[in-house]
Amino acid sequence: MASETAPTPSAVPGDGPLPPIQQIAVASLVLIIAGGIYTAAHLPRHVPQGPTIVLLSLAAALVVANAVLLSRIKPFNWRIFRQVAGWVALAYVVVAGMLEYVFVYDHTSGTQLVILTLMLVVFACNIPMLLGFSVARFQEP
Amino acid sequence: MATVAEPLEAPPSAAPRAGATAGPRDFQIVPRAGIPIVAVVIVGMIVAIATNSLWALDFYHVAGGALWTAVDLFLGLVLGPIMGSMPVAARVELTTRLMPKMVLLMPTLVTMTLGAGFQLARHLGNLSAGAPAHDWLVASYIVVGVIATIALGLLEPANIAVLFELRKPRPNPARIQRLMKVFIYTAGITGLMQVATLVIMTKVASIG
Repeated sequence: MASETAPTPSAVPGDGPLPPIQQIAVASLVLIIAGGIYTAAHLPRHVPQGPTIVLLSLAAALVVANAVLLSRIKPFNWRIFRQVAGWVALAYVVVAGMLEYVFVYDHTSGTQLVILTLMLVVFACNIPMLLGFSVARFQEP
Repeated sequence: MATVAEPLEAPPSAAPRAGATAGPRDFQIVPRAGIPIVAVVIVGMIVAIATNSLWALDFYHVAGGALWTAVDLFLGLVLGPIMGSMPVAARVELTTRLMPKMVLLMPTLVTMTLGAGFQLARHLGNLSAGAPAHDWLVASYIVVGVIATIALGLLEPANIAVLFELRKPRPNPARIQRLMKVFIYTAGITGLMQVATLVIMTKVASIG
């Protein structure tokens, strides 16, 4: 397929070495989804909180690490990043809000509700960052 | 996407094709005309969950799941190979028309299937650990978890990135091709994993 393509300039950030933001975001996503599966496998019984707290903490730490790595990329098209991440965040706030409604509707409460809510927060921070980076990395700064 | 950081320049010997990089293209990344349809579908799903209507939950879960699987398999196993044999310019034109629709269609089908499915399992009592089908449901959570990771971590970023690339004054065809390859392959993989979900779900239905 490559032989059919026209040569085009590609001196944009995405073509050079970048920190592994996408890989870290996917790792964080895996941890959150694993926590979700673990929780769903136990519901509606009591869910042992140790494993979910560990998974949540690791996922949150990866999101924070990703934000730090992202802030250090120079040059970077922050306008496109904010545009994509902003709209995705809006969509995921709606999705997270619906899931939160389902948790409350299904009588989830106490520490379990707090843990699930924090998992949604990490999820809703991770995905916009991932998609914003995926697009902005290929844009001229 | 581990492969995204590799150099994207086409080989120096590559011959430019007319129209391959013609642009910029004017199109909506998220087709606004489809948003009201999505809103109606999502509101319908919320009503189905809130009212615990068995028929509505069944409809949303089965229809959403069938369409999700069919679209994934069609993209990965039918459209993917066809696109691979098309000239670059034709591929770019097809991508420009196809991908914005995917931005709305796929998240809607996924939301329908999973939202209604979880409530259906709760309504039928399959969530409780003592239910005969509980282990099969946990297996389905794992399959869906893998699908979600592939979709959110690889497929959707490739989808959005290719649309922004197409809107550039000079889109990079090599980058578009590579992102489209990621999209088509991951769609095919998730489609094949959906077959595992079909096996599990038919098992759940036969037990329940």
